Amino acid sequence: MNCIHVEFEVPGNNFLSAGSASDSVKSTLKKLGVPSSAVRRVAIAMYEAEINMVIHAGGGRCYADIFDDHIKIVMKDEGNGIENLELAMQEGYSTASDDVRNLGFGAGMGLPNIKTYSDRLKIDTEVGKGTTLTIEVDFD
Amino acid sequence: MKISELCKLIGATVYAPQDGNAEGEVLGAFASDMMSDVLAFAKNQDVLISGLCNPQTIRTAVMLDMKCILLVRGKVPTPDMITLARSNNIVLMSTKQKMYAVCGVLYANGLGAGEYNG
Ligand SMILES: Nc1ncnc2c1ncn2[C@@H]1O[C@H](COP(=O)(O)OP(=O)(O)O)[C@@H](O)[C@H]1O
Ligand SMILES: [Mg+2]
Repeated sequence: MNCIHVEFEVPGNNFLSAGSASDSVKSTLKKLGVPSSAVRRVAIAMYEAEINMVIHAGGGRCYADIFDDHIKIVMKDEGNGIENLELAMQEGYSTASDDVRNLGFGAGMGLPNIKTYSDRLKIDTEVGKGTTLTIEVDFD
Repeated sequence: MKISELCKLIGATVYAPQDGNAEGEVLGAFASDMMSDVLAFAKNQDVLISGLCNPQTIRTAVMLDMKCILLVRGKVPTPDMITLARSNNIVLMSTKQKMYAVCGVLYANGLGAGEYNG
């Protein structure tokens, strides 16, 4: 099975570059001829996770493995972790500041969006240590 | 609706493409200032109407393969936003009109709401 591996650093203090990793993965999938509905689901899920890294965790690193029939994306940060994951997964729940809300995020839709648009989602988080999201999307 | 017609209807200033010649055809619009809501609820709309004026407005439209962004309430895009829009072939324009008025005019002239998720 073929596999393309890509990695990106997501700077925590750069709101302009936020989303560029997702943009790059999206372009790669498009070039590979992945169906547009799957590309769209990957783009939305990864972008929300990338934004979360920037606004909640001071940045992090993403790793993407692109296979013939699916993609596996690992988004790893060393931020403060998520205290109550069950709460965080609820639509509308957000600890984002007004500053973040003024930037158009912090509606509490990010994690629910990631769950909706991915086929498999695993969240490992530890308070004080960081958060790792493993997002998989099938190409169909 | 042709993007050029949309532009004329609301008297918008075009920032991208560079030559101001907004080409293309759009079928539906989505209006919101919250990008997470756009990502959650937009489906096949190709125009984003927003009062949010920062690079993530452009990124969100890119993620959703939208063709056109219309900034309302007189928001002027930054050079970074204009560059991002141009390099992604997204039409970026701005109008002094308020969001509700813009939506009303476009809807009345045949630009629908497209389909929605959920
Ligand atoms: N990478 C992360 N590190 C720390 N906390 C996070 C992270 N991702 C999400 N959270 C927490 O989970 C909450 C819900 O996230 P999300 O659904 O994306 O909504 P929003 O980002 O709009 O607040 C956030 O408000 C935050 O408290
Ligand atoms: Mg979020």
